[in-house]
Amino acid sequence: MATIKENIAARFPQATFEDADVLLINIPDEQLHDLAAALRDEYGYDYLITIVGVDRVQSLGAIYFLSSTATNQEISIQVATTDRENPALTSISDLWSIATIYEREIFDFYGIKFLNNQDMRRLFLSIDWVGYPLRKDYDNSPENNAPSTQNERQSDFTQVYTRREDGSIACEDRAVFQPDDFVVNIGPQHPATHGVLRFRTAIDGEIIKKIDVYMGYIHRGIEKLCENLTYPQTLHFTDRMDYFSAHNYHHGLCMCIERAAGIEVPRRAQVIRVIMDELSRIASHCLFFGTYCMDLGATTMLFYTLRVREQILDIMEKTCGARMTFNYDCIGGVMADLDPDFVKDVKALLATLPANLKEYNKLFVGNVIAEGRLEGMGVMSREHAIDWGVTGPSGRASGWACDVRKTHPYSVYPEVEFDEITMTEGDSMARFKCRMLEIEQSARIIEQLIDNIPEGDYLAKVPKVLKLPQGHWFQLVEGCRGVFGVYIESDGGTSPVRMKFVTPSLNLAAVTDSITSGNKIADLITIAGSLDYIVPDMDR
Amino acid sequence: MEVTTKSMPYEAWKDNEYIENLVDELRAQGTNVLVGSLDKLINWGRSNSLWPLTFATSCCGIEFVSLGAARFDMARFGWEVARSSPRQADFIMVAGTIVNRMVPVFRRLYDQLAEPKYVIACGGCAISGGPFRKSYHVAKGIEDIVPVDVFVPGCPPCPEAMIYGIMQLSRKVKVERFFGGVNRQEKQKDFVDEHPMAKEAEKIINGD
Amino acid sequence: METTFDFSTITQWFNNLLLGWGLAPWLVTTIECVLVGVGLLLLYALLALFYIYFERKVCAAFQCRLGPNRVGPLGLLQSFADMFKILIKELIQLKHIDKFLFALAPYLVIIASMMAFAVLPWGPGLQIIDFNIGIFFLIAVSSIGVLGILLAGWSSNNKFTLIGAMRSGAQMISYELSIGLSVITMVAFAGTMNVEEIVLAQDNCWFIFAGHVPAIIAFVIYIIAGTAETNRGPFDLPEAESELTAGYHTEYSGIHFGFFYLAEYLNLFIVAGVASLLFFGGWMPLHIPGWEGFNHIMNYIPGIVWFIGKAIVISFIIIWFKWTFPRLRIDQLLKLEWKYLLPINLFNLALMVMIVICGWYIKW
Repeated sequence: MATIKENIAARFPQATFEDADVLLINIPDEQLHDLAAALRDEYGYDYLITIVGVDRVQSLGAIYFLSSTATNQEISIQVATTDRENPALTSISDLWSIATIYEREIFDFYGIKFLNNQDMRRLFLSIDWVGYPLRKDYDNSPENNAPSTQNERQSDFTQVYTRREDGSIACEDRAVFQPDDFVVNIGPQHPATHGVLRFRTAIDGEIIKKIDVYMGYIHRGIEKLCENLTYPQTLHFTDRMDYFSAHNYHHGLCMCIERAAGIEVPRRAQVIRVIMDELSRIASHCLFFGTYCMDLGATTMLFYTLRVREQILDIMEKTCGARMTFNYDCIGGVMADLDPDFVKDVKALLATLPANLKEYNKLFVGNVIAEGRLEGMGVMSREHAIDWGVTGPSGRASGWACDVRKTHPYSVYPEVEFDEITMTEGDSMARFKCRMLEIEQSARIIEQLIDNIPEGDYLAKVPKVLKLPQGHWFQLVEGCRGVFGVYIESDGGTSPVRMKFVTPSLNLAAVTDSITSGNKIADLITIAGSLDYIVPDMDR
Repeated sequence: MEVTTKSMPYEAWKDNEYIENLVDELRAQGTNVLVGSLDKLINWGRSNSLWPLTFATSCCGIEFVSLGAARFDMARFGWEVARSSPRQADFIMVAGTIVNRMVPVFRRLYDQLAEPKYVIACGGCAISGGPFRKSYHVAKGIEDIVPVDVFVPGCPPCPEAMIYGIMQLSRKVKVERFFGGVNRQEKQKDFVDEHPMAKEAEKIINGD
Repeated sequence: METTFDFSTITQWFNNLLLGWGLAPWLVTTIECVLVGVGLLLLYALLALFYIYFERKVCAAFQCRLGPNRVGPLGLLQSFADMFKILIKELIQLKHIDKFLFALAPYLVIIASMMAFAVLPWGPGLQIIDFNIGIFFLIAVSSIGVLGILLAGWSSNNKFTLIGAMRSGAQMISYELSIGLSVITMVAFAGTMNVEEIVLAQDNCWFIFAGHVPAIIAFVIYIIAGTAETNRGPFDLPEAESELTAGYHTEYSGIHFGFFYLAEYLNLFIVAGVASLLFFGGWMPLHIPGWEGFNHIMNYIPGIVWFIGKAIVISFIIIWFKWTFPRLRIDQLLKLEWKYLLPINLFNLALMVMIVICGWYIKW
């Protein structure tokens, strides 16, 4: 790490460094692009985890979190602009494709224009939205942006901002579709989009030419809400983003807060958390099989996979008291002790699981029609996956070992034995099979832990009023669909200044366009379905 | 008249008062024998054949999927014919948060449903905005947008609660008058007059 | 054969009764036509309702569920409740559509399936029209349905319905070929297009046994093509729910949608009925040559029971397909037809002709 720091200090003399839990490089905007390119090409930081927009009142800025897929080291870059009226930063969307979407998100929330980004529209909010909601001075009075039943104003143009030689900013309108494209609107109310996502699809006969993804139909502004709540109050929102990874996301946020506050979690709680994480992973993947097969027309599979899910929900309900949105993990441990039947129930589940998986394989994977529909569809190479930051089973099916449980081991994961499933095909079938195999690995983890749940406290002593010291923290965990990250910035008070959730579904939806074009419109369903995004997760 | 459904004792229902008021209203208007019995026949059909629209925005939608699955099996009541096209559905189960951007889409969906149509607000978000009520981008309950027939609280409500909610809707359908009398279209008009958001939507339909 | 009750004695008696009252022959024919028409419509509706219930129960059984069991005993009245509901649902008036064609389409679909329905042999003498090109008529009228579907999709002025209709057109016209050829294979074997004669020819041995290899091939092709012809899974692309919301009938509401819904199920019955007519002897009881006692007992079961029973068994297989297989893609679907089914079918027809000429079939 030290060498990188010295190298960069030598090349970019204006850079200043901050040793937070991730090394932070402050750099002026003009050198951002060069630094990012150098980090990507020379130091191997080839994975852009996220870009966090921040409002420091005097300045607006962005923090770029980069990671190396070879060494799994992280590094972050911070840029800021003091111009609040017309803020602009340089885009790095030519280095990472996913930056296009991240930068659009920041434009939407903070109004920072990214120069040279080829698609600078709002991402979640409508084009007529007044103000930038995550700015500290945003006026949240309902008169400004009252909900209306009037049809949302549409624009077929996107904007590209560039800097003229005199330093002013030029804006160029660009058409999203060609004039003679036959554009079909799929969604937001459509059975195949798994929620309220909208694809504007240009098709030529049955062949897809281009997909324009519209999000924000379930954007609830969770990140802004968090800024007005105390830390324990923010927890429940994570349940409602990816409702299948409720435990995993909770785990991530709790860990981040615990690390910041220096709270030691009892071992019993850690083991319980990991078991719950893996149980929800099994349940989530089971539901994926079901809904995916239903999208393909094999409805019956849904009912078989939901049986296993119901069994897991029963186990959870006994301990957590809810079937979904458990709110079980809390700062310092878990909310309640395990149900007396827990171990017995989990063992009963593990005993029936192999037979169930075999049945799913028999019913669907070996099916000639299923093979014809899935094999070779929506192929995503490893480089493509990294470029778009596609993590989780979808990324691993393309051969990218991106499992946070292995790359940044947390909780009791280092102590258990399990394999990280990676495949090389990168097609829809590989994504499907990858999940199938991951269930087995999850079962293996649970098997190792279920008999060794240590006795003791399940909740550490946590101060009644929890204040985090000044600073910022970044934590990654493995959700069911990929890497979930939490960024917390605190000024020493009881509620965060900025809380950012990095959700995998945003990348999964963003990558859809590049891997579906050229396929049939029916394949949009198989490819998008195999990525398995959750819409409330991407919209937050 | 005790309005109930098969294998559900009348006392087990929670809000009999509301239904009894409807029954009294029905009686007060009076009706002739022929229309009355035809009404009964049609209401028997309508109350036993409630087809939902496949519509879900977030977490509640997953519980709605569970409702269709083997454990809760809404097919027992004949509700499993979930139509993807709003033209063919009877009620819309608003499962999940409705955000500002979704409001026009949701209202349009409601307008596309064929009469007689019903709305069930399912879960805290649909009822009031739920945990996201203070957000800048969430509609504070769907009652301002469409007339709601049944509220099912919960976050998300468990499938049993959803079954109970749809059964309540079925009970409500049973005591409605289909021919003459309380015309649904008039009710719609009252709703539109009272709610400015619905009025806007009406204007679009009429092409003003 | 003697013991099987011949329904034509009743129709003859009724005809003579009316004539005996001194009514003019044209009036007698009109009365009979009306009676038969009403009976046909009733039977059509009842069968469709039964099929809706049947499918819901069968699919529930496959999915470890119970299916409808609240409305009426065992949920038997569920589809009646649905019908009452559909009848009184609003017919939504759409703007910017071709109103005449939009209204015409569901009627075309249902009339096509009703006309095909009229040719089916229900039992000895229990047949609405019996003429020498019955099979030909059946194939001809069942093709009108695709016109209705195309019109429905096109006149709705909606992109999804249009895609659904185009898919449906391509699919049904392609698979019509397979149906036609496999039917011709059996016609070549029977040597007649008369429905009554085809059934009577299977007195001793059903065609699927008598025609052995080519008959079995023809049956398999027929079932595949028939499933595609009725737009059912795994060939349900025209109304692929997850892709096109509800396909060509997305914009239809109320009873117009009800017509599509009924026709879908009745077409299932018709496909199964024709399969039982061509391959399993129609209303003909199961006869095993030489087993006189057995044949005698079989004859006590009325022909109509045999016919409907066979049709239901075959439609059960088609329903089974739907709830097991994932959906095909349009190019895979057409490839299956043009690259596999059609050549096999042509070869099979030649094989059948050779077998008939050389007399290599099983004869009793």
